[in-house]
Amino acid sequence: MSDFLKIGKRKPTPAPDGSGSAPPPAHGDFTINVTDGTLIPSTGDKSILSAWNISFFGAIAAIVLLRFASPEKNVYRDVLNVVPSGLAATFGVTLASIAFALVLGLLAGLGRIARTKPINLIATVYVEVIRGIPLLVQLFYIYYALGPLLHLKGPASAIMAMSICYGAYMGEIFRAGIQSINKGQMEAALALGMSRTQALWRIILPQTVKVILPPIGNEFIALLKDSSLVSILAVADLLRRGREYASTTFNYLQSFTIVALIYLIMTLFFSRLVGIMETRLRNHGQRHN
Amino acid sequence: MGNAIIRIKDARKSFGAVQALRGVDLEIAKGEVVLVIGPSGSGKSTLLRCVNRLEHLDSGEIWVEEDCVTSPHANIRKIREEVGMVFQSFNLFPHLTAAHNISLSPLIVLRQDKAEAERRARDLLTRVGLADKALSYPEQLSGGQQQRVAIARALAMQPKIMLFDEPTSALDPEMIKEVLDVMLDLAKEGMTMMVVSHEMGFARAAADRVVFMDEGLIIEAAPPDELFSHPKEERTRRFLDHIL
Repeated sequence: MSDFLKIGKRKPTPAPDGSGSAPPPAHGDFTINVTDGTLIPSTGDKSILSAWNISFFGAIAAIVLLRFASPEKNVYRDVLNVVPSGLAATFGVTLASIAFALVLGLLAGLGRIARTKPINLIATVYVEVIRGIPLLVQLFYIYYALGPLLHLKGPASAIMAMSICYGAYMGEIFRAGIQSINKGQMEAALALGMSRTQALWRIILPQTVKVILPPIGNEFIALLKDSSLVSILAVADLLRRGREYASTTFNYLQSFTIVALIYLIMTLFFSRLVGIMETRLRNHGQRHN
Repeated sequence: MGNAIIRIKDARKSFGAVQALRGVDLEIAKGEVVLVIGPSGSGKSTLLRCVNRLEHLDSGEIWVEEDCVTSPHANIRKIREEVGMVFQSFNLFPHLTAAHNISLSPLIVLRQDKAEAERRARDLLTRVGLADKALSYPEQLSGGQQQRVAIARALAMQPKIMLFDEPTSALDPEMIKEVLDVMLDLAKEGMTMMVVSHEMGFARAAADRVVFMDEGLIIEAAPPDELFSHPKEERTRRFLDHIL
């Protein structure tokens, strides 16, 4: 996993419009910056935007050219007939894993800030242990090592392993998000007679969602890419389809080129969405300050 | 004092090496308006925050009516329903409209029905002069308006006591009056109020007593005119020279 989570107070970075002055941080106003493998294009940054344009439209153009204009267009036609059928499994595993990871992450995040020592300890150990073991090893562990015990099929093992793994990362996002909310919010809720649980669900978490949406979007992209690991567990995802086609026809170059381009188009597309979402959330937060 | 609604006995509290409260005794009678003044770090906000247990005392006792706030067995949520609090930084809930800020706690804590809670929220907004702001979000309101919504939010729980923690300190000068006017009305209606503030005008107009704190102790307490004109203690005199 190459994810790198950076959480901190908003720093005065140059505003995208080039005015050079960022708004002063309102009290308790945090941003969570997650730098991931993919570049998150900001709409204001022309050079990154054009890099994104070149990559995204270049990838699409490459597929079109290979399919219709290359000397091996018939091979590419066959690859494109076979490989995309893996998209269903790729998205299925990704979406199911992200859903479970969100639940686990919320629990882990709440556990990490819990005042009850044992709960706190369990959550912290979970996060530390899982983040310290490579996802591929976790996949092997659940599918092969625990296979005789769990009797899980490939897809189920894959979803379980990815959920547990990403749940730990999500847990840290939830924790940081919850802690980024000004503690005056909890105090005001308690002073009004609310219980901690009421305050959490009614006051803290609704505000947290806005802060954590962009980093969760990034985790989604990272998970989409990591889902290629499940091809090892007999899950017929995009990469597995490519391998199967390649090993029967020996067209390795053509198969994996298409597989790589499809992943690239997907991740670039989603990072663009996350970038737009991030900008929208930020602008909304500033409008009335 | 038989009619005391807040009784603080030998309150002590440290934050690490800093002694915020070093043995404070204070009784506040029902309907009394008490202003707590003192230099920053004198422990006045800490004392206020201990009354509804946002901070825990290290030793000593605080009673609100017949309930011991500092007891581990205290039903603190029940006590907090009786004790409203207004913060320096307003602490309105930014994701809720002004009306919803006010009605949320009556809805989920007092379990008022929706129509009743909403009607009361509108009444309270009218009372603080913001009837037209019911659907505004906090970020769309000025500081003074936000603080008035915060007062209405606390009043929605129908508290017997109101705590004010420097309610005007974060406000631009032109907005202070609108907040003090609301507090003045409240005082006239007989609300018991404990106010940490240096608003001398408010003290003269509404306070029954002014308490001067320094270094975690109450140095002296007297009616406002007396304390401001003839402070008994040298420390009080020096502090008043600074702020008057």
